[in-house]
Amino acid sequence: MGTYVPNTEADRKNMLKACGMERMEDLYAGIPEELKRKEPLRIPEGKSEMEVRRLMEGLARKNRVYGTVFRGAGAYRHYIPSIVGEVVGKEEFRTAYTPYQAEISQGVLQSIFEFQTDICELTGMAAANASVYDGATAAAEACGMCLEKKRRKILVSAAVDPKVLSVVRTYAFGRDAEVTVVPEREGVTDLEALKSLADGETACLLLQTPNYYGCFEDADAAAEAAHGAGAKLIMSCNPIALAIMKTPGETGADIAVGEGQPLGLPLSFGGPYLGFMAADEKMTRKLPGRIVGQTEDRKGERCFVLTMQAREQHIRREKAGSNICSNEALCALTAGVYLAAMGPEGLRKAALSCRAKAHYLKDRLEEAGLKAVYAQPFFHEFVTAAPDEQAAERILKALEARDILGGLPLGGGRMLWCATEMNTREEMDRAAETVREVLDA
Amino acid sequence: MKLIFEQSAAGRGTAYLPEIDVPQTAPDFKGRETPLRLPELSEIQVDRHYTALAKETRGVNGGFYPLGSCTMKYNPALLEDAAAQPGFRDVHPLQPDAAAQGCLEVMRKAEAYLAEITGMDAVTLQPAAGAHGEFTGLLLIKAYHRARGDGERTKILVPDSAHGTNPASAAMAGFEVVNIPSDGKGYVDLQALKAAVGPDTAGLMLTNPNTVGLFDPNIAEITKAVHEAGGLNYYDGANLNAIMGIVRPGDMGFDVVHVNLHKTFATPHGGGGPGSGPVGCKDFLRGFLPGIRIAEEDGMLRRKEAEARIGDVRSFGSNFLVAVKALTYMMILGREGIPETAAGAVLNANYLMHRVKDLYPMAFDETCMHEFVMTLEALKEETGVSALDLAKALIDHGIHPPTMYFPLIVHEALMVEPTETEPRETLDQAADTFRAVMEAARQHPEEAHLAPLTTRVSRPDEVKAARKPVIRYDFDHPMD
Amino acid sequence: MHFPKELKYTKTHEWIRFTEENKAYIGITDFAQDQLGDLVFVNLPEEGDALTAGESFADVESVKAVSDVNSPVTGTVLQVNEALQDAPEKMNEAPYEAWFVLAGDITDTEELMDAEAYEAYAASEG
Repeated sequence: MGTYVPNTEADRKNMLKACGMERMEDLYAGIPEELKRKEPLRIPEGKSEMEVRRLMEGLARKNRVYGTVFRGAGAYRHYIPSIVGEVVGKEEFRTAYTPYQAEISQGVLQSIFEFQTDICELTGMAAANASVYDGATAAAEACGMCLEKKRRKILVSAAVDPKVLSVVRTYAFGRDAEVTVVPEREGVTDLEALKSLADGETACLLLQTPNYYGCFEDADAAAEAAHGAGAKLIMSCNPIALAIMKTPGETGADIAVGEGQPLGLPLSFGGPYLGFMAADEKMTRKLPGRIVGQTEDRKGERCFVLTMQAREQHIRREKAGSNICSNEALCALTAGVYLAAMGPEGLRKAALSCRAKAHYLKDRLEEAGLKAVYAQPFFHEFVTAAPDEQAAERILKALEARDILGGLPLGGGRMLWCATEMNTREEMDRAAETVREVLDA
Repeated sequence: MKLIFEQSAAGRGTAYLPEIDVPQTAPDFKGRETPLRLPELSEIQVDRHYTALAKETRGVNGGFYPLGSCTMKYNPALLEDAAAQPGFRDVHPLQPDAAAQGCLEVMRKAEAYLAEITGMDAVTLQPAAGAHGEFTGLLLIKAYHRARGDGERTKILVPDSAHGTNPASAAMAGFEVVNIPSDGKGYVDLQALKAAVGPDTAGLMLTNPNTVGLFDPNIAEITKAVHEAGGLNYYDGANLNAIMGIVRPGDMGFDVVHVNLHKTFATPHGGGGPGSGPVGCKDFLRGFLPGIRIAEEDGMLRRKEAEARIGDVRSFGSNFLVAVKALTYMMILGREGIPETAAGAVLNANYLMHRVKDLYPMAFDETCMHEFVMTLEALKEETGVSALDLAKALIDHGIHPPTMYFPLIVHEALMVEPTETEPRETLDQAADTFRAVMEAARQHPEEAHLAPLTTRVSRPDEVKAARKPVIRYDFDHPMD
Repeated sequence: MHFPKELKYTKTHEWIRFTEENKAYIGITDFAQDQLGDLVFVNLPEEGDALTAGESFADVESVKAVSDVNSPVTGTVLQVNEALQDAPEKMNEAPYEAWFVLAGDITDTEELMDAEAYEAYAASEG
């Protein structure tokens, strides 16, 4: 009971006999006795589906699902059309393995080819891979692509998401590369500092725009500074913002990366998410992980296969550029369905809506007594300052009492707010009103 | 089949979002210069397109899927329901601990169960896949030696039969890879290992059962040799399904492990991901673990960071929904179900092996664990029919091909892993099919090169795909 | 299989054609391309890179494998045959025209075989 092993006692007996064995223990005769576990595992007894369902429902109930969310900082609540869940729930997509057997995997392969095209379109780049784990590992892998024997220094803007910086540092620890943080000034990368830090040993600059504080960076100037030192430019972008902003391709970036979670993936307490990566023509072969290519079958029929595989770990082993094997294929499919459903106009509308609402929210919060910290153009996030840390805490608490998840506290009374198309005018007015009440009290 | 871009018609679409209810201000940033060529379709077209793609995709429920080393077991339906609950799905990763107690409890429970199953003292759920776990585990080893001022330990030993991710992960973690040969039975060559270890040894990476499906009986001696040289032992949990609840990596002398939730713990593969590759370690490495640690304080679960942590290996704490599914599965199996599952996998593999081994020469003809490796070298020499040909022929009989040409130490290899969730009848049927396919190949070898014949697409020209890569749709030069 | 008399060969299946003093074209042999199957890509060094006799300076990819290409000489890369990157099939179709690099400043040379000796050697390998 409690397992998904279908064979009955009688089946087992017959099967053992066919193998020339008597007891189940004989199967493990080759394992030295002294290594085997003598006692049962110290975990609870197995349970029925009904009992486990109730337990899992109980755990889910211990979490709070806010009616209103004004928090982003790398994970964004967007509207997900119903069609997305319907498609992604299909058993074939859900349970298939990596499409190594092309003849029975054309569905997955074509969906990845379409995803790669979507990412090229969003970023304006020449080539994209089939996904990596998340936006942070995409950035870290991109930095790895740029390392050369004589260029071991990775520049990262201080306005990059701190979680991404942490991951870039961890990967750099592995590759024995050096990470130097370019300071920020007034919410954006300090370009003067960048110019003095970029030199002949610099492999790349990692720039995020819109950055962690929501501000658009002057990517053209950053590109000039990086390229002027012979270094590569990696741009990390919000995929929804890409519907309206100047793309990495148009900016002359060498690599574009980002967190694909906004494209139809729920918040999910942080994962699974979707790292996307795209590169210009020259860096295509350095992209890590799987890539799907078009070809023909024996009859000349168009079809798709995993291609350029000799770059990858299963063939190149220790000489491979990356060890990635499993990726986030189902999340890439999710993004593909989301983009197909939304279309260019739908995505543009989502982007414009995010921007308009965030600007509205910022104005209301300012009227309510919070101060906007930066005066830069921004997308859908911005930073405010409360008089002190305690005031910020009181604000968040008061919002919480009204079923609102407020901005992310950054310390010192600063909060990072986010608005998306999901937030109505009424919600924003209510949040501002709550802030006013707290500050006036 | 048409690409989604080829079905697009300008102006078509579905209105999913309401009109913007606040004033819009003029753009104060640099705008997009080129048109965004996403497909423009009505919802029914989107639905039909993906329904058609799903029909050309083979999931586990579509038939026997004995893909060696991938553990394509049945993914119980409850797992999806558990993960789809709004109380998990709609929780922001940065919401306050007090508002995420259920998520933290899921993580803590999953970590504790995995620690017990692997014989480790602490587990992190942060790594997003097996290879990611390997990288993480190797960084723990690197950080450990560095913290002791033992920076000369630059080499990781990897058996020649290892998965490609092992040497690739070691290289990414900044180590030099030393290949250790296997002996005639696929076990680690003990003498070669003992000769290779030394003051420059950072560690050994090993999977046991190994990649040919055999349990290396010298494992205690192997891990001891590495320890005595001052190195650490890393356990690649790819093959844990065969032994969980029977023998634990921690009891075999391993210091760090990763497990693949998407193999052993029944979470689906998603056409290549998402997976999840939690890493476990012994107590002395706990402080280096990446991501967050969950601690109970005043009856409340809280997220903490370990002091000497190697940093983060991804944003946020885990592929959380995958962890929810794995925990659900472990709760159903429980302490008896886990070893029963392992034994069921081993029995199924041995049974199928016995049903076909007179026609299919085994690379190592002895009791296997959860999978076995056949070598079709003789068939290739005698008839010209390759392992690939035979694998493709199985497709025509509704069976997903076994893993081909792995491990590299076996020529013309086919690796079969039936998993425990297949009933005896399926194995009997599969054995009959394997036999029929072999007989057909011997009788009509010339036809074997043509398989599969029942799929819309026959064997693709992989050379063409790689020589002149076309990896995105070309809007300016539409294809036929 | 064809082994031109005017070339010299290595045990790791590269050919070398010496031109004027201290310069040489290097490629892979007919035997090598036949063993490797359809080649789909070549990773080439850059101009100015150092070459060391017996050590890898490039690699070639087939669909399912990658193989190192070793330099028969110690010297410097003077020129790289970039055309191979757009037409990897040339390595299969005309291996002795599909040179990888032109080497110069040669200071050391591996032990080389003439066509006859290499043919016998290749036969024993195949």
